[in-house]
Amino acid sequence: MSISHTPGFLAIELDGAGYQDLAGAVLAAESAGFHVATFQDAPRAGRANALQRAAFAGPITRTIAVVPEVDTVYTEPFHISTQLASLDYVSGGRAGWIATADESPEAAAAVGRSFVSGEALAQEAAASIEVGRRLWDSWEDDAVIRDVATGRYLDVDKLHYADFETPADFAAAPYSVKGPSIIPRPLQGQLPVLAAASLVGEGLVPVEAVDAVLVSAPTPGLLTAEIRDVRARLGGSLAVVAELDVVLDARGQAAEARVASLPESGRARYAGPAAGLVELLDVLLGEADGIRLHPAAVDVDLEELSRLVLPGLRRSGSLLGPLQDGTFRDLLGLGPAQNRYATTASGTGN
Amino acid sequence: MTRDIFQPSGQIQFGIFFQGVNSGTVWKAAESGSQTDFESFRRIVQTAERGKFAAFFLGEGLRLREHLGRPHALDVAGRPDAQTMLAALASVTKNIGLVATQNTTYNDPADLAHRLSSLDLISGGRAAWNVVTTDNAWTGANFRRGGYLDHADRYKHAEAFVETAKRIWDSWETAEGPARPVLHEGQHYTVDVTPRLPRSAQYRPVLFQAGDSPEGRDFAARQADVIFSAHPKFDDAVEFRRDIVARSVAAGRGANAVQIMPASEFILAATPEEAEEKKAWVRSLQIGPQQAIAYLEQFWGRELSSYDPDGPLPEIDPVVEETSETRGSGFHGAKARQLADQWRAEAKDKGLSIRQFVTSKTARIDSTFTGSYSAVADHLAEYARVGAVDGFNISPWLIPTGLDDIVNHLVPELQERGVYPTEYRGTTLRENLGLETPVRSEHSVQV
Ligand SMILES: Cc1cc2nc3c(=O)[nH]c(=O)nc-3n(C[C@H](O)[C@H](O)[C@H](O)COP(=O)(O)O)c2cc1C
Repeated sequence: MSISHTPGFLAIELDGAGYQDLAGAVLAAESAGFHVATFQDAPRAGRANALQRAAFAGPITRTIAVVPEVDTVYTEPFHISTQLASLDYVSGGRAGWIATADESPEAAAAVGRSFVSGEALAQEAAASIEVGRRLWDSWEDDAVIRDVATGRYLDVDKLHYADFETPADFAAAPYSVKGPSIIPRPLQGQLPVLAAASLVGEGLVPVEAVDAVLVSAPTPGLLTAEIRDVRARLGGSLAVVAELDVVLDARGQAAEARVASLPESGRARYAGPAAGLVELLDVLLGEADGIRLHPAAVDVDLEELSRLVLPGLRRSGSLLGPLQDGTFRDLLGLGPAQNRYATTASGTGN
Repeated sequence: MTRDIFQPSGQIQFGIFFQGVNSGTVWKAAESGSQTDFESFRRIVQTAERGKFAAFFLGEGLRLREHLGRPHALDVAGRPDAQTMLAALASVTKNIGLVATQNTTYNDPADLAHRLSSLDLISGGRAAWNVVTTDNAWTGANFRRGGYLDHADRYKHAEAFVETAKRIWDSWETAEGPARPVLHEGQHYTVDVTPRLPRSAQYRPVLFQAGDSPEGRDFAARQADVIFSAHPKFDDAVEFRRDIVARSVAAGRGANAVQIMPASEFILAATPEEAEEKKAWVRSLQIGPQQAIAYLEQFWGRELSSYDPDGPLPEIDPVVEETSETRGSGFHGAKARQLADQWRAEAKDKGLSIRQFVTSKTARIDSTFTGSYSAVADHLAEYARVGAVDGFNISPWLIPTGLDDIVNHLVPELQERGVYPTEYRGTTLRENLGLETPVRSEHSVQV
């Protein structure tokens, strides 16, 4: 069967890889042909910091994008911006950010802040993303001039204060961030920012603040409808990534038997043989720009995905090839990131 | 009690301090590489590991340095986040320790402790935290809490912070857990967290401390494993050791409990003459005419660009009473007027121009080892013999090739003299530094 839609990308969530087998897991995912590795910031025992796991993966990989979840509510926006820019440097421009808004009272207690809920969560997320983006732009691309004649390492006219202040109607504790960043503009200019579709839209995180949304539904059957709804609600410019749990028949054990021991995730789940997953992904890639797979057990399911599922999708033409020397922006089809502060228009005369 | 008597180890170790800012790093030479590209970091950390360096350090500054109200243009600026970079370097190294300078004033204890133990686990037990306490409203302007902390309270706050971090790292009873929740109620905020990570191969991250005031030294004597000191000259180093031994013993720890690694710069060559020539060249690139004027401008608080860098110091007076923190911690709080008078007299006395004077003030004269490989090796062997220091934390003046001569020539000379490791002792930083496994912190302690 040949398909008529444009090929899409596949992401794999590596939270289950912990830190002991992290290098092995991310290399296996890259070899299998996954385009993106994501790292959940799960408040689970045994899970190391997501951004650092992504950073560890950066230098040992070549094509796969490394995209951690980072909370926007109980973290310092200034630190996050610096850390993510640094992740872009250590991965050669393959970094992204899944901006999350932590809803747990435990996260608030850990940093001694009041618990944020409801509408305020999206406001915190929007503010943190805005701080991040302003700081990334706060050095123009050519701010480091190394001009021996004048003794200037920097062109100060190309550095800008972010001067962020939370809006007047901010429901949580207000704050401000001065800037400029303490690291030059990241390699991609702006890292792609992803967020759950439920966090984005009118009265929430503005559509223009994110580059892609993660779409979730309770069953595979409802996922297609949900993707269409999200596109209709948020407009056509955003990349849409569908979330799917996978449990495959593996190592002589039926998927159904493995499912019994799994906790509920709230996401659509495929459980069964690899061939069925190829069919489902073929269909879903006709609707979404990419799919993020959450394997039940990284080592077990990744093996099956690598041997049976991705080759099947490549044969059917639904899957993008690996992006050689590309950035995460390239993968998402985003053009070069304009700098909001740029003092000199690029490529023009006067 | 032998615990109270200091025993020299007879060995020295090296660390590298990748500064990332300031005038010490030469950017004007043809061989000066990028300060942000990952390849610069990879190259220098792998060279250090080839030379059996104990540790790779990254500094931290949480606001871009300024000069007369604008970002400072003349020196190297802009550096990656320490722990993000170190997590990346963990994947391309095996044995070298990875030290992140992290501030206690602008971080949250539970978050920082979690990130440090993440780095420790990801690197197989090679992480360390260089505790710094820089505090001021100017830096605070980048953070949610702003400039909330009085300078006088910075170590009180830092100590409560470090105690809390230690309790978080100690909270897993066994390798599998479960964790004990950690509670801390402090003056500025409370922490209530159930830690997520087990102990690492080295139990918990090694603690470095950099800060030189009496309170800073006492804090280090109570809490730190290693002091990143500012006292590399021999007599000064011996005196500093005496002071730290006394403070450690007074704090109830052994005389050898706290190691010392001073910040240092090495300018080396095959012969002493070549080394001196090289030093003059390095200095001319570190402090050019513009840097010389700018250096004075921070103390005068006004523009001095009409002054000739090769002429005498300005006769006009500073417009500020005290220098501010905007150029980093080293410039904070100097009495400007007093200093100007003193400097004018000193420069006149010695017949120095602005440029010569500033070079003499800024070139880290006190931290520089200049000479032939063998002469410097002899000198360092003397430090090892008396136990003046446990090692040196080297700031290379060139990135990324600034350790090549040290690793290729100085290290073998030191190894021949039997004062420098020929192999890593183990895979963790704690093992490689020869530190003892820490005692579990008291979980009942209220700080
Ligand atoms: C060798 C050395 C290196 C330092 N490196 C840093 C650094 O990278 N970042 C920082 O914020 N402070 C750094 N500091 C500054 C101390 O954190 C600062 O002096 C602090 O306020 C401690 O104060 P004290 O010297 O009054 O005890 C360093 C200090 C020394 C001695």
